Amino acid sequence: MLFFLVFCPIAAALLIMIGAPARMTALVSATANLLGTLFVLARVDRVASGFQFISSLPVSSDWRINLAFGVDGLSLLMLLLATIVTLAAIWFTGKIDNFERAFYACLLFISAGAIGAFASLDLFFFYAFHELALIPTFLLIGIWGTGDRVRAAWKITIYLTLGSFILLIGLILLYESVPPLERSFSIPALQEAVTVHAIAAPDQRHIYLLLLVGFGVLISLFPFHSWAPDAYASAPAPAAMLHAGVLKKFGLYGIMRLTIPILPEGTHYWMYLLAILLLGNIIYIGLVTLAQKQLDWMLGYSSVMHMGYIFLGIASANILGTTGAAALIFAHGLSIALLFAIAGEIRDRTGTLAFEDLGGLAKVMPFAGLAFGFAVFAAIGLPGFANFASEIMVFFGAIRNGWSMERFHLFQVATVLALWGVVISTIYMLRAYRATFMGPLNERWKKIADFGAAARIPIALLIAGLLWFGFFPQTLVQMVMPTFRTYFAASK
Amino acid sequence: MSGIPAPHLEIDVLVLGMGVLLLETFVPKLDKKFIAYTGIVGLAIVFFATFFLAPAPPLNEASALWNFYTADTLSIFFKRFSLITTIIVIVMMIDYSPVGRGGTGQESHLGEFFSLPLLTCAGLMYLVSAIDFIFIFVSLELVTISFFVLVSFPRRNASALEAGVKYLILSALSTGFLVYGITWIFGVTGETNLNRITAAFAAGLIDRNAATFGAVLILVGLGFKIAAVPFQIWVPDVYQGAPTPITAFLSVGSKAAGFIVVLRVLQPFLMLPNMARLLVLIALLTLLYGNLAALPQNNLKRLLGYSSIAHAGYLLIGVACFDGNAVVFYLCAYLLMTLLSFAVMILVAQRTGEEISDFNGLGTRAPFLAFAMLLAMASLAGLPFTVGFFGKFFVFVSAVAHKQIALIVAGVITVACGFYYYLKIVRAMYWQPSTITSTIPISWLSRAMILALLTATVLFGIYPQPLLNAMKPPANMAVKSTVSH
Repeated sequence: MLFFLVFCPIAAALLIMIGAPARMTALVSATANLLGTLFVLARVDRVASGFQFISSLPVSSDWRINLAFGVDGLSLLMLLLATIVTLAAIWFTGKIDNFERAFYACLLFISAGAIGAFASLDLFFFYAFHELALIPTFLLIGIWGTGDRVRAAWKITIYLTLGSFILLIGLILLYESVPPLERSFSIPALQEAVTVHAIAAPDQRHIYLLLLVGFGVLISLFPFHSWAPDAYASAPAPAAMLHAGVLKKFGLYGIMRLTIPILPEGTHYWMYLLAILLLGNIIYIGLVTLAQKQLDWMLGYSSVMHMGYIFLGIASANILGTTGAAALIFAHGLSIALLFAIAGEIRDRTGTLAFEDLGGLAKVMPFAGLAFGFAVFAAIGLPGFANFASEIMVFFGAIRNGWSMERFHLFQVATVLALWGVVISTIYMLRAYRATFMGPLNERWKKIADFGAAARIPIALLIAGLLWFGFFPQTLVQMVMPTFRTYFAASK
Repeated sequence: MSGIPAPHLEIDVLVLGMGVLLLETFVPKLDKKFIAYTGIVGLAIVFFATFFLAPAPPLNEASALWNFYTADTLSIFFKRFSLITTIIVIVMMIDYSPVGRGGTGQESHLGEFFSLPLLTCAGLMYLVSAIDFIFIFVSLELVTISFFVLVSFPRRNASALEAGVKYLILSALSTGFLVYGITWIFGVTGETNLNRITAAFAAGLIDRNAATFGAVLILVGLGFKIAAVPFQIWVPDVYQGAPTPITAFLSVGSKAAGFIVVLRVLQPFLMLPNMARLLVLIALLTLLYGNLAALPQNNLKRLLGYSSIAHAGYLLIGVACFDGNAVVFYLCAYLLMTLLSFAVMILVAQRTGEEISDFNGLGTRAPFLAFAMLLAMASLAGLPFTVGFFGKFFVFVSAVAHKQIALIVAGVITVACGFYYYLKIVRAMYWQPSTITSTIPISWLSRAMILALLTATVLFGIYPQPLLNAMKPPANMAVKSTVSH
């Protein structure tokens, strides 16, 4: 089943390249993927904590590399996010003027990379599938991007390459740090091995730092974030939706999957560094976001800023916080995809996203205004949306961290500052809403049309996801809870 | 079953090469394609024969040849490697018009153009089997001298001549270093056989300083062959000036042979003080120079020249970590992806040119070629699901295992540089609009070759085990823990 999920987009992309009808094939593949994920979701054993649906093919017996897939609650959540956003992004793709086939093929490759990485049980393929998305991203921004696309494409590619090779070194070190006889690229086997004899503390620190920097570049952790706003501002809307909504979450998933169970000592040692960096994301980038004068740049920066909250949840190092972080990954993925989708649609109609040119669009695009309103409120974290439920868990989790340690309570300070970050994001989000959809309508935009029926469906899909998990966050929490429960039980 | 004695392979290739020459002399008005097909079929038969080799005779029964010559797994593996390379190069030569088109008065020498690669191939096959300095030297010269002719074959072309002269002079110089180094080693140990030199070193009754001096000289000589910094100056000019198939041959065959010799020769010398550190230094410089100098290049052939220096750097990481398997795997990966990129380039360059801007819009003009080039570049850059990534992966694994932090840092930075200059070509192919709209005709043989290389690049990038199995038992270079320095 998981093989199908991973290889369905790849097969579809290849079919498109040799001549199948592009949009149709892509839509069918994405729908099949979403249905497949829902099928797995329905059949999975919710209570068990280990990996399920395991399937594996040996690739190199010398190195013990296997093409192995499997899911637990955490990866299932990521798969759900990936397939929902992929479907929305493909559905949302408008008319492509040149290389239409290549456009859909690139989108499908990014999607396959993300799904493959989330479903992999093998470090090697975990890494490899993420890299699969690199060239398609480069091409998507380079060929179909807007604005300073050449610069943005180079910047994201070089940054992500550097980050992922640092990550690769970290992963190799992780592999080497296990006694030779137990060396394996299998993630469950590694977790098994470290419960028997943990990796030496100094090694854990080195590896954790490499992984943090490597993943950090991919997640746009401050100060490695500067590729993200450029890339998202230039990328075509579906590419930005997929990258900001799904692919960027690979790094967060990696940190949760690898560092929490395997490197508890490293996690503890660098906790304070991480707390300071994530405040950089929340406060510094938050202030930078306030200063943006264009909707796409503002969204790009806001997506960087929100990574800070997810990091806060991860750094809290307790079940509540990390569960919140996992839920927030999901919620943020949906809401940022929604925002980029609407912004891309506005850009298609008006040719600009500068706040001073826009305004009053709700008069001519009532549906878009409503949808954008939903997205804005979700991004701020208003109750009723999935973001609220997850952010509240993150804050409660983070403030509990170190509460009993009776020394300098960096985490309490960080939590309070991060709460102020919510205020910042409220300001810029509402300002953007006002500047785009409220106020007097610019004469130039009198003639533009609202979203057609085709564009409303993916938007409704994303909003439905946000609302469903906003009203019933328990479904999300129950999905990921067993994973973290075992992780934290093992590390204590 | 007795099988074929290993030395027969080289003899067969030599006979084939001479036969092709004679064929051209005595049969007038021969289609050049016929000569090429003869060569390809002959090499294919020899390649097939490598799977039916007789085991090497035990030492006491062996003739004198086996003092010079070994048929271990490593050498058989690289004999196949050389044969495949030569076959692919000859296929490229068929489509290479500046020589084949005729009208320049060179049609009559085509027999030589097609037979010299066969002789080079025989030289490469001898070289990978050589375990005696004299034999190494002789086969290296067989390779080098046939390359002199091949590089400057379009002799009315000034840049090819310039390339030929540069290659001649610098190779002669490096040969001088090599011979001088060999004499020093001979003076110290009284031996030219590598096994006996190792034994003499292990016995310890030698002048270590003199031996180090000799070893450094040999390293200088070999450094030219593998294009390691600071002996890389000839590479870009020669690569750019030579006929493109020969450039491909030079960058794959010559480099692979050089690394095999390095692997074999270094084994005894690693016991000498500071050799390991010297290797790390050379690897570091080669990595940085190759990658940084490739960044601003606009001519694809020249860029591939610098990239071959860069890859020598990654290979040297493997050498500096004494990981023979990683080096061998990387060489195979390098063969596939380099030949793939050259094969595409030959076809495109005949229509437009060798500048990167000549590749503009290839994505619309020739989607198949562009896709092949995309994969070749992705593999050279080291993206997963291509064989190039496994090459880099194994090299980095051994660097991490040996805690070569400087090499790791340089490696990571230069990989990012590599992405930039390899993706420059991807950018040209897909982003830039083209002024030319004509399609590019591809002969069925080239198409089959490109398809085969492309498939192998992806297949071994996902499933490398067959390649790993083919090199077992491992080319064991694991350094003894008794290394003294």
